Amino acid sequence: MKNRTKYFAYPYIIWIIIFIALPAFLVLLYSITTKESDGITTIQFTLENFKNFFNPLYLNILWDSIYLAAVSTIICLLIGYPAAFIISNAHLSRRNTLLFLCILPMWMNMLLRTYAWMTILGNNGILNNLFSLLGLPTFNLLYTKGATVMGMVYNFLPFMILPIYTALSKMDRGLLEAADDLGADKKTVFIKVILPLSMPGVISGIIMVFMPAVSTFIIPQLLGGNKNMMIGNLVERLFIINGDWNFGSAISIVMMLIILLSMSIMNKFDIDKEGGARLW
Amino acid sequence: MKRLILIIIILVMVFVLAGCSSGDREVLNILNYDIYIDRDLLKEFENEHNVRIKYDTYSTPEEMYIKVKAGASSYDLIFSSEYMIERMIDEGMVNKLNFDNIPNYKYIDQDFKNHPYDPNNEYSVPYFWGTLGILYNKNTVDVSSNSWEILWDENHSQRIIMMDSQRDSFGAALKLLGYSMNTVDENELDEAKDLLLKQKPLVMAYITDGAPDIMVNEEANMALVWSGEAVAAMAENENLDFVIPKEGSNIWIDAMIIPSTTTNQPLAEKFINFLCSTEATLRNIDEVWYSTVHTEAIKEVDEELLNNPAFNIPQEDIDKMEMFRDPKEFIDLYTQRWTEIAVQ
Repeated sequence: MKNRTKYFAYPYIIWIIIFIALPAFLVLLYSITTKESDGITTIQFTLENFKNFFNPLYLNILWDSIYLAAVSTIICLLIGYPAAFIISNAHLSRRNTLLFLCILPMWMNMLLRTYAWMTILGNNGILNNLFSLLGLPTFNLLYTKGATVMGMVYNFLPFMILPIYTALSKMDRGLLEAADDLGADKKTVFIKVILPLSMPGVISGIIMVFMPAVSTFIIPQLLGGNKNMMIGNLVERLFIINGDWNFGSAISIVMMLIILLSMSIMNKFDIDKEGGARLW
Repeated sequence: MKRLILIIIILVMVFVLAGCSSGDREVLNILNYDIYIDRDLLKEFENEHNVRIKYDTYSTPEEMYIKVKAGASSYDLIFSSEYMIERMIDEGMVNKLNFDNIPNYKYIDQDFKNHPYDPNNEYSVPYFWGTLGILYNKNTVDVSSNSWEILWDENHSQRIIMMDSQRDSFGAALKLLGYSMNTVDENELDEAKDLLLKQKPLVMAYITDGAPDIMVNEEANMALVWSGEAVAAMAENENLDFVIPKEGSNIWIDAMIIPSTTTNQPLAEKFINFLCSTEATLRNIDEVWYSTVHTEAIKEVDEELLNNPAFNIPQEDIDKMEMFRDPKEFIDLYTQRWTEIAVQ
């Protein structure tokens, strides 16, 4: 029977080959060939696509995307850690309700939720109406970088809370009691015990928020008004409108490298190699 | 043994369900702009002819071209704009039509036939026509200058909506500079690019298809829109009005074509004929609000609509309008400059 179980992995392996390995290979192939390549006989290799990317215009977009994604990730962490901490310390009956509330928005389509923010942030939106009701000046909120960050924080926050919550709730309570018995005050317990033990969750959370944030294109499109492009928008535009699949693929490859690099750096910080909340 | 039975059951179900979805009914694959047809008409055609319609949408002609050129899906019928149709005809991507199957073609106004994109009327059947102009809020915007300059007015900073469509946005800038919308002069295009870059800090958002809603909610003061969008928005908010600047604008014709990838040309022609009937045209007008190419339908349109200059576009404006042409290889320069504006 034990021998047989390995066959159960085959569907997944086939899945990986067709939907992950093959497309990734095609993207790589597009990125190193010219636009004129039309079939295997006329294929021409080039590094021109990568060279084009090192144009200040495009590097600016890359920098902008990383910056906006980093800001969103930090905000998510600042909101998500305390939230996860509160949930994990809540009474069992309330804990499930809190977790449920945290996941609930994900039941709705992301596009729909983002559209909802448009009516909240608009010039005649709910927030600005509230401001003018209170006699405050109104602001341009929608179609700004702030709105883009807002949308990303809102959409990706659960991905920060959940892994941190998992790490915190798996923590051995005995360790906290031991620290207490040995005379550590609450602050010391948190810094010396809780924080290090929750680091795997924090790392997973950062990766899970940063990755979709840096490559998103729909949020800057809807909430950023297409003014401040992110790298995902550039790739989308190159593929869908300009028809320059080669250049688009080259940018995708650069993005993949950046994500791989940041993930390996993150894993360096990962102290607990056996940690339950790690992603990989 | 149990597992074997399970596998057989699953396989049988897969085939049965697959059979349900495609059935023995003929399938018509349609690609159209967003919000550009009365969807009930699709249902009616399906029931009347016992066929199934797969309906797909796109937002700009450039996007459609890439989609069709990539060849991932084979459409039987495409709705698009004249300059992209011209390009596709040139590249042999469009089939000639059999007009015996489209008797209702006789209703199409002569004014919309024999245009340079399809000089002998062999490939396309006009669907709607319209123009490009500025939809504005009468309470906040002064349009007495009647010029494209309105879109560059610093008093309306962060209250201007531009179109995320390269030919249309460049068109407005080129006309303001006094050049042709079809320029193939790099210097002229660069001047237009500088003008659009100068405008960028004033722009609230670059949007296709969503501008009328924003204007109706009075989120923005003005927007570059196609005429039908203006008609729809003006019907919902009486503070809105439409102006076609004095420098001249674009006149466009959207038409139906059958791409060479089709597998069922007679059915596609039947559908074209169906849409060219007076009743279907009237219902489409009610849905999309663009100006009609139909000689019979125009007689039955409401008085109110006929008095709306965004629907019944005045002849003196039409005289100053220019139709987009396919700039051939020069299009790459348009695309490049537009990308440069977008990434700035």
